[in-house]
This record gives sequence, C-alpha cells and structure tokens, in this order.
Amino acid sequence: MSGASEAREVRVGAAGRAPSRRRRSPALVTGCVLVGFVVLVALVSLVWLPYAPDDTTGTRLAAPGGAHPLGTDKLGRDLLTQLMTGAWIALRAGLGATALGGVLGVCAGLAAGFATRWLDDTLSTLLDVLIAFPTLLLAMLMVAARSASLGSAVLAIGLAMTAVVARLTRVLVKRVLAQDYITAARTSGTSWPRIVTGHVLPNIWPTLVVNLALQFGLAVMAEASLSFLGLGAPPPNASWGRMLQEAQATVFTAPTGVIAPGVLLVMLVVGVNLVADGLRDTLDPTRRRTR
Amino acid sequence: MNVLDVQGLTIRTEEGRDLVSDVSFSIGAGSRLGLVGESGSGKSLTALAVMGLLPPGMTASGSIALTAHGAPPAEIVGATERALNGLRGRAATVVFQEPLTALDPLMRLGAQLAEPLRARHGRGLRGAALRRAVEEALDRVRLPEPGRIARAHPHEISGGQRQRVALAMALACEPALLIADEPTTALDVTVQSEVLALLDTLVADRDMALLFISHDLAVVSAVTDHVLVLKDGTAVESGSVADIVGRPVHPYTRDLVGSARHLESALERIVR
Amino acid sequence: MNATAVLTAEDAGFAYRGAPAVLHGVSLDITAGRSVGLVGESGAGKTTLLRLLLGLTRPTSGRILFEGAELRPRDRELTRRFRRSVQSVFQDPYSSLDPRQRVGRIVSEPLCSLGLTAEAGAEGDGSGARGGRALGIRARGARRDDPRVGAALEAVGLPADAALRYPHEFSGGQRQRVAIARATVCDPRVLLADEPVSALDVTTRVRIVDLLLELKESRGLTIAMVSHDLSVVAALCEWTAVLEYGRVVEQGDTASVLGSPSHPYTRRLIASVPRLPAADGTAG
Repeated sequence: MSGASEAREVRVGAAGRAPSRRRRSPALVTGCVLVGFVVLVALVSLVWLPYAPDDTTGTRLAAPGGAHPLGTDKLGRDLLTQLMTGAWIALRAGLGATALGGVLGVCAGLAAGFATRWLDDTLSTLLDVLIAFPTLLLAMLMVAARSASLGSAVLAIGLAMTAVVARLTRVLVKRVLAQDYITAARTSGTSWPRIVTGHVLPNIWPTLVVNLALQFGLAVMAEASLSFLGLGAPPPNASWGRMLQEAQATVFTAPTGVIAPGVLLVMLVVGVNLVADGLRDTLDPTRRRTR
Repeated sequence: MNVLDVQGLTIRTEEGRDLVSDVSFSIGAGSRLGLVGESGSGKSLTALAVMGLLPPGMTASGSIALTAHGAPPAEIVGATERALNGLRGRAATVVFQEPLTALDPLMRLGAQLAEPLRARHGRGLRGAALRRAVEEALDRVRLPEPGRIARAHPHEISGGQRQRVALAMALACEPALLIADEPTTALDVTVQSEVLALLDTLVADRDMALLFISHDLAVVSAVTDHVLVLKDGTAVESGSVADIVGRPVHPYTRDLVGSARHLESALERIVR
Repeated sequence: MNATAVLTAEDAGFAYRGAPAVLHGVSLDITAGRSVGLVGESGAGKTTLLRLLLGLTRPTSGRILFEGAELRPRDRELTRRFRRSVQSVFQDPYSSLDPRQRVGRIVSEPLCSLGLTAEAGAEGDGSGARGGRALGIRARGARRDDPRVGAALEAVGLPADAALRYPHEFSGGQRQRVAIARATVCDPRVLLADEPVSALDVTTRVRIVDLLLELKESRGLTIAMVSHDLSVVAALCEWTAVLEYGRVVEQGDTASVLGSPSHPYTRRLIASVPRLPAADGTAG
C-alpha cells in the first residue's frame, strides 16, 4: 500500500510535461527497422522489379547468383522478384485485414460497451460465435462465394479479427465507463458523443493500438497460411505463402525458395510484435496506476 | 522475552530509495503495539518485512528476530524461503485490510480454514473431526451458524463476516504474534467496533502478541496501549497511547493528533 | 413540499429489474443553506439515493424534483439548469480524474459542456459574433486560460500552474482539491458528494473538510453528502438523514439527530464511532 502510493506522489518534470518522458525503447527501434525493411522492399517492388513476375525464361531451379541473386523456382521465375511482390501482398493483406477488423471491431465493441443489457448480451453472443468460427472455414466460404483472391482472404481474416477486436474494445469501454470521471462528466452535463471522444477513446486507444499491431502480425501469418492452401491471391501474384507451398517439394535441392520468404515473413511478424511491445512501453508510462 | 524484535530495519527499493529507514521496536509475549502512520509512511511494508513477504525488488536490512513458542529467536532478514515458511503461521500470521482478496473466491470457507488447522494439528485431522474443528474455529470468532458459513463461498457472506473468517484462519495457526494490517478499515463503523472488540478478547485469551497497523489513532487506541508513529519511513515518536494522544512531542504527531481531535470535536460538541 | 427546496426526493424508491428494492419511499429536501448528511452502512442505499438526486438514475417509484419541477431527461432546458446548479464530488480521487487529461481541461469540463465558455468569450472581447462553431473552437483553444479555471484552482488552494499538469503528478488530497475545483468552477448551488474525504489521510481529511466549510461560507454552497463518518457530517451538515435497509429511519437537525437519537440504529451508529482517549494532559 505505502510503496504504491509513494510512487504515485512522485512529481514528474518541473515543466509538468509528463509525456516528454517518452523514451524510445530498444524493442520499438528494432521493430521499426525490421518492419521498415519489409516496407522498403514492398515500395521498391512497385517501381522496379528485376524481372516480370510471370517471366519464366530463366533456368529452372537455378542456384542463387549471377542473373538471379536468389535463384529461380521450378518454373524458372526469379525468386527475388517473387519475394518483392510478395512483400507488397503481405503488407496489403495485413493492412487491409487490420483496417477492416479494426474499424468494424472498434465500432461493434463501442456499441456493445455502451449498450443496455439485452443488446450487449446479443452482441456478445454474436461475437462469441464469430470467434469460435474457424478463420479457415470462413476463408473457404469466401472463396466459394467470390473467388480465390487477395480480397477474399483479407475479408475472411478481417471478419475473424473483428470479433477479437470487438471483444477487447467492449471490455475496455466497460472498464472506462465504470470510472468516476465518467460519472463526473455526466453530472457536468457532458453529452455522450463528447464523453466518447473526450474520455473513452483517449483512454482505450493505447491498448487498442498495441493490440492492433499484434493483430497485424497475425493477419500477415493468416494470409500466408491461406495462400499456402491456395485460398489467397492467385498466380502470377506471388504471395509468400504460395512461394513456400511451391518450394515445398524442392526444399532440399533449392532451399532458398523456402528460406527467403520464410525469413521475410518472420522479420515482418517479429518486427510488428516488437513494435507492439515498444508501443506498450511508450504509451503507458507513468499514467498506469500501479497497484 | 520478546516475541518480535526489530532493530534498525531499513527497506530499500531497487533504485536505492529508502521507504523505511532505521526503524526499531519490540513486542513482548502477550503485549501489543500499534503502528500508526498515513499512506506512504511504510507501516504496511514493515509488516510485510516481518513476514518476509516484501515485494520483489525491495530489500530489507537490519534485524528482525521472531520467536515462536519455545523456539530460539529466528532471524527474518536474509532467511531462506524454506526457513520463512516454517515460521509463517507458527510464529506470526497476518490479517489484511480486505478479506475479499485474502480469501480464495473459488473455495468454500470451510476448506480454506481446514488448511491452517491441518498444518497445525497434523494431516491426521480429517472427516468429522476436521469438520468439528472448522466449526469450532468459526464459533470462536462469534460467527452464527458456523456449519452454513463453512459451506459458503467468500462472496456469499458479508464483509464483517469475511473478516471474522480471516481472523479465524489466522488464529487457527495459534501464532505467537498476530499482525493486523488495517483489519477494520474496509468495514462499516458498527461492524468495526464489533470486530475490534472480538480481536481484543481473542488476543487477550491466547496471550498472543499483537502488531496492529492503522492510519486511525482512535482505532489503534481501542486495541493497543503502546504506539509507534511512522512518517515517511522513519519512526518519529513512540510511547503509551495516553502519552502520545495527551502530550504529543513531535510536530507530526501533534498534527496527527490535532487533526483527529479537530474532526472529533464537531461530533463531541453534539453528542456530549 | 418546501418552497425553497433546490432538490427534493419525493417518496422516491429504486429497484433493479427483478430484484428487491434498494430504496423505499425516501423523502428528503435539500434546501439552500442547509447542508445535508446522509449516513448509514454500506448497502443502506446512500449511494443509490445520491445517484437519484444527481439525475444519473431515475427512481422506479416517486419523483425527484429540481426547483419544484420533476427532472426529466427530455426537458433539455431544465436539465441544463440542473447540471449547472448541482455538481458532484466522488470518493476515490484516483478514479474521478481522467488520467489522460491535464488538470486545466478537467476543471474546465463543466464550463465547456454547459456551453459557458462561449458566453465568456463573447462577453470578454466583444469579437464573438462569428457563429457558434468558430466561437466553440475559440473557446476550446482558450479554455485552459479561462480565468475561472485559475480562480477555481486558487480557491481550492492549488497553484495556477497546476492546470498544466496531469492528475498522476498530484497526491490524493490534491487530487480531491482538483475534483472540488471542477465541481465549483461553474458556481453551482448544491454540491452532492459521495464520501468525499473517506479515502484521504486524517491530516488531509481535516484540510479538505475545512476547504468545504470555507466554500460553504464564502459561496453559499449547499452540500449534500453521503458519509459513514459521523464527525465529518457533524462538521459540515446542518441536517442529517439516517438510512437503514433503504429507508430513512430518522432525519432532522444534525444536533438533535446525533445529540439525542431516537432510533436504536442511530444510537448504535453513534456508540460505534471510535474515539481518542480523553486528553488528560491538556484537558486536565
């Protein structure tokens, strides 16, 4: 008891500018470097590629070096080219799914958080069902209804993410709404929209942002898995997941086909997770009540 | 013979800040001491240090000698977790402020109370004998219908009843020293006075030593005869309750007593 | 009932759906200049009654009247007047201030929400006739410098530069002062407080009680307060209502209720208050 309350009474900074304590955490820097590298590769792929993605003129399964820095696949396509276009696809999948899941999830979560009992119960049940529904099944339904495309994969991943984000948002909103400062705002005549923008969102967004960063990593992985199963972007778009699947048979004769997309996938996902960790450290500093 | 002997206790954080510095006091068998201070005074940390339960990152220095019944004094500072486990319960137990967090919410109260009873009386205590022992322990803290309470979960009984159960658990260990850390702060006034009276008689009956921690001088004076006043981790004044309340010397003690008197005066004027 | 009552609970009761009532037929007047203490144990319905009086919950039976008119959320004009006249302070100073807002913004919230900043801007520099939107933005930009925020902080004994800091930089007592500044910045008539000092240390408690006394004197503020601490009620309130199991078992002048209690529960309550031993050294 005493230790915690003492910690709370420590004055921060003579100027009273608490957020100036935002130090850059090593995790955040490392994460940004890793993610930045993948983003750079993806951006370069938009303006320049060593070969056309569907160029099959190269020697089949060529070893790295010479005209093909990373070698070629079993159809003679350049691996570096595929890797670069794959980076763009992975980022689009991650961003698309996170944007979809984030927007829908936060809206649904806010609605459930503010809802009266029966609406809250209905929404929660709906979310539970959605969470229990396997993403893979959802993706197969999407592909059946539309066609195998990046859009279908993103839609399936985004919808699955909606449920997770909504549930988190709902809990966060409920927790903030239970605080006395919300009651104080109400008795000051503050309108509900203003309570949401002034109190609820500022208090839940750090946790949400950290969580969305993690969800982004999961979405990239999910897209790779769906492509691996042939439920993602169709050829000639080279998704990392499909590169892995195609190189699977020749993993011992031409290991670069597996290693290259694998390394980039790990870099992106680990990078995003590090960014999330770093954000948690920087966004939560002295504000958190340490009990 | 002192049950508890604290000499030059200093509690330091990882960053090297002293939360408690050079505090010394002792409690003889069957006697009582009140530890009074406001939030941040280090009174709860002192209690945790006596139990060897300091939060991670904090280190104690100095000496804390705890003497169980018929055993040589044991040093708490620097003791191994094994040695501490042997002392906790037998030598000293704690009753905390919030009984709801001190009790396991998923376990029936009888089962929780059985643990210290079996630790004290051996594993052989079981079945009907155990049930009888549990009900006796609940009966000793004046809980009505001990059978029903033994079968209840913590959330099914009131705050005052929970604190009585916590007290029963502490007493089941028959410790030489009972530490009560703000045991009545979370309770209603009428319940508080009942629990304080109960604590008073139970400790007196067993000739137990009591370390009573509170921010409220009036509550402390209801239970103990000697007090030690802590401020920012240092002992500023100690003495009998009558002396401290009647003739406080240190400016902080004067402020503390003056504040309590000031608050009381409004009521005194009316009630008298 | 009483013509001068600011707030009235008229036979008010409250029950959660499908649960037994937590409040039964409570009638209580909060009259200007007569501060009211609501005492009782946890679960007696004190806080529920306060929430009804604050208009946060509607009674399931009976009525809550503000200046003689029933409080209805639909009646915007009355609600606005009500919000301006009745402000609140809560028990836990750690949960009652938004950790992500600076103190200046926290204290100015009633001014902004009640649209009182815009008026001030218009009156202040005379350049206000640019439409409500522009005014709103101007007011929002200037609110930390609103003289009333500084004055409110000063009135509760905080330095003016406190407005630039965040709540976690303050101790519990200082935070409660910030909460009181927020509640008094729009010059309300009634302050409804839920255990305003029980989370504070004794020495801090005295200072906050003194501050509330001073605000009563200097601003003609009427306090209606839930408290389990009879000495705080005795110090601040002229009128006391004792609640037990959701009913008012006794109410009247504090002096008579606490001085010569008629209900056995009140007597038990008074007898249970822990007291310091008599100061033999000073009083003889």
